[in-house]
Amino acid sequence: MRQRHGVDARHKAGHDGFQNDAGLGPAALTFPPGPAVAHQRTPHMLEIKNLHARIGDNEILKGLDLTIPAGEVHAIMGPNGSGKSTLSYVLSGKPDYEVTEGTATFNGQDILALAPEERAAAGVFLAFQYPIEIPGVANMQFLRAAMNAQKKARGEEEISTPDFLKLVRAKAPDLGITQDMLRRGVNVGFSGGEKKRNEILQMALLEPKLCILDETDSGLDIDALKVVAQGVNALRAPDRAMLVITHYQRLLDHIVPDVVHVMHKGRIVRSGGAELALELEESGYAAYGQDAA
Amino acid sequence: MPAVQETVERVRALDVDQYKYGFVTDIESEKAPKGLSEDTIRYISAKKNEPEWMLEWRLEAYRRWLTMVEPTWARVSYPKIDFQDYYYYSQPKAAPKSIDEIDPEILKTYEKLGIPLRERDALLGIENSGGSKVAVDAVFDSVSVATTFKAELASAGVIFMPISEAIREHPDLVKTYLGSVVPVSDNFYATLNSAVFSDGSFVYIPKGVRCPMELSTYFRINERNTGQFERTLIIADEGAYVSYLEGCTAPQRDENQLHAAVVELVALKDAQIKYSTVQNWYPGDKDGKGGIYNFVTKRGDCRGDNSKISWTQVETGSAITWKYPSCILRGDNSQGEFYSIAISNGYQQVDSGTKMIHLGKNTSSRIISKGIAAGHSENTYRGQVSAHRKATGARNFTNCDSLLIGDQCGAHTVPYMEAKNASAQFEHEATTSKISEDQLFYCLQRGLGPEEAVALIVNGFVRDVLQQLPMEFAVEAQKLIAVSLEGSVG
Repeated sequence: MRQRHGVDARHKAGHDGFQNDAGLGPAALTFPPGPAVAHQRTPHMLEIKNLHARIGDNEILKGLDLTIPAGEVHAIMGPNGSGKSTLSYVLSGKPDYEVTEGTATFNGQDILALAPEERAAAGVFLAFQYPIEIPGVANMQFLRAAMNAQKKARGEEEISTPDFLKLVRAKAPDLGITQDMLRRGVNVGFSGGEKKRNEILQMALLEPKLCILDETDSGLDIDALKVVAQGVNALRAPDRAMLVITHYQRLLDHIVPDVVHVMHKGRIVRSGGAELALELEESGYAAYGQDAA
Repeated sequence: MPAVQETVERVRALDVDQYKYGFVTDIESEKAPKGLSEDTIRYISAKKNEPEWMLEWRLEAYRRWLTMVEPTWARVSYPKIDFQDYYYYSQPKAAPKSIDEIDPEILKTYEKLGIPLRERDALLGIENSGGSKVAVDAVFDSVSVATTFKAELASAGVIFMPISEAIREHPDLVKTYLGSVVPVSDNFYATLNSAVFSDGSFVYIPKGVRCPMELSTYFRINERNTGQFERTLIIADEGAYVSYLEGCTAPQRDENQLHAAVVELVALKDAQIKYSTVQNWYPGDKDGKGGIYNFVTKRGDCRGDNSKISWTQVETGSAITWKYPSCILRGDNSQGEFYSIAISNGYQQVDSGTKMIHLGKNTSSRIISKGIAAGHSENTYRGQVSAHRKATGARNFTNCDSLLIGDQCGAHTVPYMEAKNASAQFEHEATTSKISEDQLFYCLQRGLGPEEAVALIVNGFVRDVLQQLPMEFAVEAQKLIAVSLEGSVG
């Protein structure tokens, strides 16, 4: 199970993987001013360079560059099949995704060399597009096991039962998570909206440094969307970065990003401010045809 | 979930071969000559200082056994067993007369296994854990080396002693009930056991008594090439209640050791027996070398009306398991239950299940079986539910779930159902699933390590059954499950 695909290939690629920097097309033009460029002062939390990844023989990420400083929320938008979810899986270390070239560092650490659980302990959290059911394992039990596993990996003291209960009681009601949902098996019998809220509860409890939200808005009605967005916004903090992956602009009405990136065919093809999302809403992804990349 | 984390720590601390009970106790022992003959049986009977009737009973069984052949219907395969190549009796040379005289090496063995034999220690341990008292009978190879809390139990009228003592001290009870549930000629292994059984526990709970503590027997095979043939007999008289636990381990040895036990339970009118097993015999190494052959006949007889027998088993050890704890629902309104977790890893082969024989009116039975197969193992549930033509209103609910870890293992379900009474209601549910990569990744992404993740998922899978175990045992079983599955991901 413990697979560290692509580690060898990546090291062979070494540091000469920058040749694609010039080939970004429209992306470089609209890169926003401000914190994103002040990288000398604010250390970049996430720094991805020329990332290539494939599943089987199918290359999905084809030279992706992305930098997210601490404290910022970046959105990635793009048509289906552009590689958005793949990026989230590659960053969180899902097996079967093989990195063939490029680098990704998280607070200066080579994140691709870490096992998935080590990445989690380092502060990488993925809110799944389709949260998984684990029958028989009470939600509470799972939350606590996860929390303590991470604490242990970081050499911290485990949380006591009363403290844990206090913490959950403090955070669950805001997300509309009932006692019953905490007692039930992880995501078992949860509605789509309940599953997504449960993901955000986990995020709130684990307090990660990098939150990756993979299509968290899919399958949510507008009320549920608001609850989830509030939960996410409450977690915005100067020492935390977020990568919000979405197909639609409407989530970004509620979680207003600092930067919006457009992804197409495995690369970031354009970046801009929050207004870019609105523009995309107007024009759709049609502009990103065959020649966009 | 501290239990899971502790488990993982334990797992990490283990050797490649994982089995933590694989050590050998270095003591001198006295053995019967190798092989099986009438002389061997006379030797055993003499060693136990048995009355003549017992010897005759054994010899009769032996003569029957000579005419029988090994059953081959189970889904297990192993080289032909040479029954002349085993020792049928082995006891520590210095036979103890009281707990204080037990060879310190044996005491150490049980300490290592986490079984306190000195009542004082047991009490201390219990104060610490806040649990209830547990009386222990410890069987080392062929003899019982210690039984604790005997006096306290006796004041409640409960008899809890090695069966070899019961034969001498309570011959009438033994004569009445021994072989009354599992007849001498029941099957090849039961008949062998009847001929050569060495020790085991005897329990009698008198009328209307609720046994004041959990009773438990701890079986340990130490000696090389030795078979252990334990015999346990539990009788709950009218309105009585007892909860009994059984644990088993053996050293790590290259050759296959033989274990053929017989357990008989008798529940009279309004009585209840709850029998829990955590079986963790040495399963063999990662290539399938060595391990215990576990051929066990366990059967309970709900002899009186409104009686109830409940079997709960956690089977993680043994190279071969052949075991079907069953209930004969003879009394009207009697109830039988079978809760099972059977885990196989490496090259283990498990063929286990139950039989629920409905004879009385309005009898009901419930079967919950969780099979988990990993590595190259084969895991079969085999169950029989039948209703006699007079068993009006018989009801059964069966649920068999199998979980596969990896793609080299197999899970099989073989249910037999037979209703001769039109009013019988039998329900059967079965599922087979795999631990999905997605489930594992979800756990890893939340920070759980691969082994911890599998342990968590599996513990979720078996939760319904774990809940049936007494609490202290449930925690132990939960840890054992994780240890048994060590190396199943990777």
